[in-house]
Amino acid sequence: MIDSDVLDRVLNEARCHGAGFAEVYAEDRRNTGVAYDDGRVDGVSSGRDRGAGVRVINGVTTGYAHTSDLSERGLLAAARAAADAAGSGTAGVVTVALDRCTPGGGTRVEVDPNSVSKARRVEMLTEVDEIARSVNGAVTQVSAGLSDSYRSVLVANSDGVFVTDEVTRVLFRVSVVADGDLGMQTGAESLGFTGGWEVFDRYALTDLATEAAEQAVRKLRARPAPSGQLPVVIAQGTGGVLFHEACGHGLEADHIAKGASVYAGRLGELVASPLVTLVDDGTIDGEWGTRSFDDEGQATRRNVLIEDGVLVDYMWDHIRARDEQRAPSGNGRRQDYASLPMVRMTNTFVLAGDDDPADIISSTEHGVFVAKLGGGSVNTASGDFVFGMRDAYLIEHGQITEPLREGNLIGNGPQVLSDIDMLGNDFAMGGPGTCGKDGQGVPVGTGQPTLRVSSMTIGGTAA
Amino acid sequence: MSATESNEELFALADSLIETATGGEQIEVYISRGSSTEVRVHNGEVEHFVSAMSSGIGIRVINDGRTGSAHAGTLDAGIASAVLAEARENVSFSSVDEWAALAEPDAVDITKQDLWSDELERYPTSDKVELAQRLERMTLDLDCRIRVDDTNFVDGGGEGLVVTTTGIRRYGRSNSCYLSVSTLADDTDGTRTGFGFAVGAHPGEFDVERAAREGVDRATRLLGAIKPTSRSTTVVLDPFVTAQLLGIIGSTLSGDAVVRGRSLFADRVGESIAASTFTLVDDPTDPRAYTATDLDGEGLAARRNVLIDEGELKGFVHSSYSARRAGAATTGNAIRGGYAGSPSAGCLALQLVPGKRAQLDLIASIDDGVLIEGVSGLHSGVNTVSGDFSVGATGMSIRNGALAEPVREFTIASTIQRLLNDIVEVGGDLEWLPMRASGSSLVIRDVMVSGSS
Repeated sequence: MIDSDVLDRVLNEARCHGAGFAEVYAEDRRNTGVAYDDGRVDGVSSGRDRGAGVRVINGVTTGYAHTSDLSERGLLAAARAAADAAGSGTAGVVTVALDRCTPGGGTRVEVDPNSVSKARRVEMLTEVDEIARSVNGAVTQVSAGLSDSYRSVLVANSDGVFVTDEVTRVLFRVSVVADGDLGMQTGAESLGFTGGWEVFDRYALTDLATEAAEQAVRKLRARPAPSGQLPVVIAQGTGGVLFHEACGHGLEADHIAKGASVYAGRLGELVASPLVTLVDDGTIDGEWGTRSFDDEGQATRRNVLIEDGVLVDYMWDHIRARDEQRAPSGNGRRQDYASLPMVRMTNTFVLAGDDDPADIISSTEHGVFVAKLGGGSVNTASGDFVFGMRDAYLIEHGQITEPLREGNLIGNGPQVLSDIDMLGNDFAMGGPGTCGKDGQGVPVGTGQPTLRVSSMTIGGTAA
Repeated sequence: MSATESNEELFALADSLIETATGGEQIEVYISRGSSTEVRVHNGEVEHFVSAMSSGIGIRVINDGRTGSAHAGTLDAGIASAVLAEARENVSFSSVDEWAALAEPDAVDITKQDLWSDELERYPTSDKVELAQRLERMTLDLDCRIRVDDTNFVDGGGEGLVVTTTGIRRYGRSNSCYLSVSTLADDTDGTRTGFGFAVGAHPGEFDVERAAREGVDRATRLLGAIKPTSRSTTVVLDPFVTAQLLGIIGSTLSGDAVVRGRSLFADRVGESIAASTFTLVDDPTDPRAYTATDLDGEGLAARRNVLIDEGELKGFVHSSYSARRAGAATTGNAIRGGYAGSPSAGCLALQLVPGKRAQLDLIASIDDGVLIEGVSGLHSGVNTVSGDFSVGATGMSIRNGALAEPVREFTIASTIQRLLNDIVEVGGDLEWLPMRASGSSLVIRDVMVSGSS
C-alpha cells in the first residue's frame, strides 16, 4: 500500500519535535451489502474507504491525525499534524529502517466473497424470507441481510514493527416479526465468520431463518418475566456476553491504569468461582474477533485472564504495556484508520466445566433459563452490568416451561462470577458481536458452556 | 445543517454526476466534508489529541422502482464516478418497489438556523486544552472524595450538500462543541461514577462550574448506595433519563417502522396512547435544541411536528419514502448516518411541552418511589416492536416526599405502552441536552423495580 522508504520519511517527520514513538496505520476497506426487507430487496450497497492514521506518543501525550490521502504529501501532512498535537519531547530521533515487512497470515478464504454474484445473494435472501414466512401464519415481517468486508491493513512504527495483513469477514443476519393477540414479538439470528463465503456451505441460512421465526412465534405466548432475584441458567454459546460485560471490560489495562475497574489491584486474588477459567484468544480460526495481528502490529495470542477463579492477567495495548514495561498482549485494536487504538477484547470465552447440561437444569427448582442473550453493557468502575434476554423460559421443578418476555438482567461483576455454581461440559462459541467502547465498534467473539448463576436480579414486571 | 448558498467546488462535483442521468433515472448525490478535534486530559496532562478530517460521497440511483447505492470516503472525482457506476450496477440487483423515488422539492419554507459559530472556528487549540484542564481541576477541587477518569473537549464542524435530479439543491454547514468530565468516587464496596458536561455554540457559552458540580454530585450522591427492594412503585425520571426514553418513544413513531409493520402505534392515530399531561413535539426549528437544523437528510426544510398532543397520537415522522408509502406528506424527517447511510425516517429534536413544577416539588408529592438518575442497557432490554421495557438503573429512594438513600444495581420495567399511560406529571424543568431529545423530569406510576427480594 505504501513503500517502506516513504514510511521511513513519514515516521521521521512524525518525530520531528522529538517524540519517542511514532506509528503509521493504513487501511483499504471494501464492503458490499444486500438488504432484504418487507418481501423485497431493500437495497444493494457498496462502500470503499481508505486512509491512514499517524500516531505520535510523546511522554504521556498521544497526538493523532488521519488522512484519506495516501500520497507521500498527504501522509507527511498527517505526520506533522500528529507531531504538533503531541507537543515537544526530548527523545533524540533514532532512525529505524523498515527493511523487512512481515505479512500476516491473512484470513483463510476458500470461497472469495467477490466471486459470489449479487444475484446469488439476492436468491439466498429470497429463500430466507420465504422459509421464515412459511414457519407460521403469525409471521408478518422478515428482514435479512448478507454482507462482506475486506480490509487490507499496514502497520509500521518507530520501534521497527512493519506488518501487513488482510482480513475478510462475512455476515448474515435475519430478524422476524410475528403478530398475535397480545401484540408483536421479534426473533433474530445471525452468523458471522472471519473467512470467506464457504461458511454458508457449512450452515444453512434457512435453519437460522426458521429458528428466528420460531423464536418470534414462541414469544407470542410469552408471559412477563419475573422481577427479583432467582437462579439463572444460560445456554451454551449464547452467554459469552455475560463474561464480556461482567469482567472482560474490567480487565482492560486502560481502565486498570486509571483505577476505573473493580478488578484493579486484584492480580493473584480469587475474583470468580474456582470453576471459571477465562481466556481471550484472537487466533481461533474463523471466529468473529480473530486476526493475525492486532491494529498495533502485534501478533494476536491466547491470553489466560482468569484461571480456576484466580485473576492472572489483564489485556494490554502498546501504551499500557509500555507503562508497565511488559509485552503487549495483542489487544490493541481500533475501528478504522480514523480511530486511536485502545485495549479491546478479541474472542473472550470461559472453558468447559464438568457438569452435564441436563443436570444443570434438572437441579434448578425455580429459575430462569436464557436460551439466547441480547447485548449488554457495564460500568467498569462499579462493576454493575446488564445484559438482555432475547429468548428465555421459566424453570419450574427442574423443567423448562413457559417462554418469557424480554428484559434485562442486572448484576455486579465480581459477585456474579463468584455465584457461578455449575459449569457444563458443552462448550460452544456464540454468534458475532460488535463491542462498543469510547464510540468505536470492533468485531468480537464470545463463548461459554451451559452454566448457572445461583442468583441474579431479573428485570421483569411480574411480581 | 444550516442552509446557505455556497461552495461551488462541491456543487460542481455533484452536478457532474447527476448530469449523467439518462431516461427515467433518478440520482441523488450527498457529499459531506468536515473536521474535528478531541482533547482528552488526565492528571493535568494531555492524554491524547486527535485531529481529524473526513470527507465522503454517497450516491443513490433509482430506476424503474429499483434502488442502488454506493459510497466512498473521498471526494476524488475519478472515484466518485466509480461510485456512481457501482450504484448503477447495484440497481440491477434490487427489487421493484412502487414507492421508491427521491424526494421532490416541497413548498415548505426553511426556518433559518444559525448553526455556525466563527468564534468556535477560531478558538485556539491551546485554549481547548486549557479548558479541559480547568474543568478537571475545578472538579477535583470541589470534593476531596472525587477522582477524575478523564476530561474531554470535543468539537466538530462540517459542510454537506444534497443535489438530486428531482431539483433538490441544498447546502449547509454547522459546527458544535462540548466539554465533559467522567468522575469516580470510591465506596467501601466499589467505585461510583458520574459525569458532567457543558454545551454551547462556542466555548464562551460553557458553564464549566456547573459541569464540575454535576460531575461531583452524580458520583458522590451514589456513595453508600444499596440495592432497593423489589416492588411496583412511582419513579421520577431525571431530565437526562427522560430524554433517553423520548428517543425510544420517537423510534416507535418512525414512518419507516409504521409502513414496514414494526410500530406499536401503527393503527392508532387519533387515539389516546398516553396520559393527557403528555405532549411530545419534534421541533428541529427550535434554536435551543442541540440538534436544531434547517434541513433534513433529503435536503427538505426541517419542520415542527406535534406527535402526541395531550395524550392523543397525532401522526408519525416521515421521510419522502415512508410518506409516499403511507399516503401522507413528508414531515421533513429523513435522517442519514453520514455519507455511507441511506435516508430513513426518524425524529430530529424531540421535546416535551413542560409542566409547571420543579423536580423537588414533584418528589414532595410522593410517599414511596425512586428518583432515576441513570439508566443502562437501553439497547439490550428495550424492544420497540413488542414494547417490552427493562433497563438497569441508579438513583435515590424517595420516602415521605423527600430524597432518602442512594440505590443501585436494580432494574425498572414496564412496557412502552403502559409507561405512556402511567405518566402522572411532566416537570417544568426543561433541559437542553447534547442529544436528539431534550428532557424534563417525568413522574410515572406503577413501574416495577427489581432489586433485592
